[in-house]
Amino acid sequence: MNYNWNWGIFFQPNPMGTGTYLDMLLSGLVLTLKTAALAWIIALITGSLVGVMRTLPSRGANWFGFAYVEFFRNMPLLVQLFLWFFVLPEILPRAAGLWLKQLPNAPFWTAAIGIGLFMSARVAIQLQAGIGSLPRGQRMAATALGLTTVQVYRYVLLPMAFRIILPPLTSEFLNTIKNTAVAITIGLLELTGEARSMQEFSFQVFEAFTAATLLYLLVNAVVVTAMRFLERWVAIPGYITGK
Amino acid sequence: MFSNFDFGVIIRALPYLFYEGMSFTVMLTTLSALGGLIFGTAIALMRLSGLKTLGRIAGLYVDFMRSLPLVLVIFWFYFLVPYIGQWLTGASRPISVGAFASSLITFIMFEAAYFSEIMRAGIQSISRGQPAAANALGLTYAQTMRYVVLPQAFRNMLPVLITQTIVLFQDTSLVYVLSITDFLGAASKVAQRDGRLVEMYLFAAIVYFTISCIASFGVRRLQARIAILR
Repeated sequence: MNYNWNWGIFFQPNPMGTGTYLDMLLSGLVLTLKTAALAWIIALITGSLVGVMRTLPSRGANWFGFAYVEFFRNMPLLVQLFLWFFVLPEILPRAAGLWLKQLPNAPFWTAAIGIGLFMSARVAIQLQAGIGSLPRGQRMAATALGLTTVQVYRYVLLPMAFRIILPPLTSEFLNTIKNTAVAITIGLLELTGEARSMQEFSFQVFEAFTAATLLYLLVNAVVVTAMRFLERWVAIPGYITGK
Repeated sequence: MFSNFDFGVIIRALPYLFYEGMSFTVMLTTLSALGGLIFGTAIALMRLSGLKTLGRIAGLYVDFMRSLPLVLVIFWFYFLVPYIGQWLTGASRPISVGAFASSLITFIMFEAAYFSEIMRAGIQSISRGQPAAANALGLTYAQTMRYVVLPQAFRNMLPVLITQTIVLFQDTSLVYVLSITDFLGAASKVAQRDGRLVEMYLFAAIVYFTISCIASFGVRRLQARIAILR
């Protein structure tokens, strides 16, 4: 392979004057983590609400939950980001559209909210499955004790369901982190974006992508380890948790 | 809101969108799904084989692919494949493989990791008695897999495999980052040429949504049919 390897490239100053190439990648990593964190908060909150709606006795709530999940699940994430980024400001009333377009950091907010909503549909399905996997008796016993529907969910069903679905939620969290890379298409310079621009400036393709790859692997390892501790901490006695 | 909406743009772009764009998307999806399935099944068999090293290599491959964002993998292969081609053929310069081949290799390698996990679950869902019976009949390991285990595993996992293919169909839109003319790429090129982002992106969203919806509805029916048969 006649490729000029140059691993020292990371310590050379980048053309933006913001330090070395390594600094560039690390700032991308920070942006990836920030976007993923905000997206995950949005996904967890909206996803939980929709997931609960799908298990409520109300027909209307079920229907809404179904429509919500189908809407966000059947379009590519990239297309959804384009809808929020390019289409939404145009179809809103003029003043609101203009305000949206002039928002500072628009790619960041669009990415975080777009990815958050995209992932919320997946969280909703997981939570629905978790609640569905609980024995029917739990809901009945809670109702028999005189708890209202809100209390049944708050004190009985949700604490159980969330613990059961913790492992699949971990993979959804990892997916959220990976999905932030799609935001490169609306101009967000997260980790993949910074690796790509490093490649364009320095022509050191493989060094740039290797560094980004290692950083993604590192983030994955940290998340998986942290979640394993969390899993052990919240384990329900009497349930098979993990291996 | 829709007062200055120009449907004419969509109509005029239809041939380009579907002949150029959608045919690329469908071709890429179909070939990647088939390739990913074959390669993924091989990985699953490696993982389940008694050989420790083989299993570990397969496991590492799957974990590695699944921890990286698809966009980064697309970039990796886009730049790497020409060098691998050069290395394989012994040419003096990196070989240009073209957009289609490069994205096809990417998606086969990437999806294989996901398909292998599905096939592994499928193979593990077959009861122990089946391979034991096949063994007793005098079938070799390869024959047991080929005639007894894999057809059943494949059948049990069919709905999940199709669901993964729907995800793959949506994910192929990410070749946008290489400026390839898949369906979304075509829509976006027309959108930028004519300054009609709203119409084109809304139309693309509706098309993706409709196809995925119909496909997932089909999966649900298929699931119901398989469930009755078992």
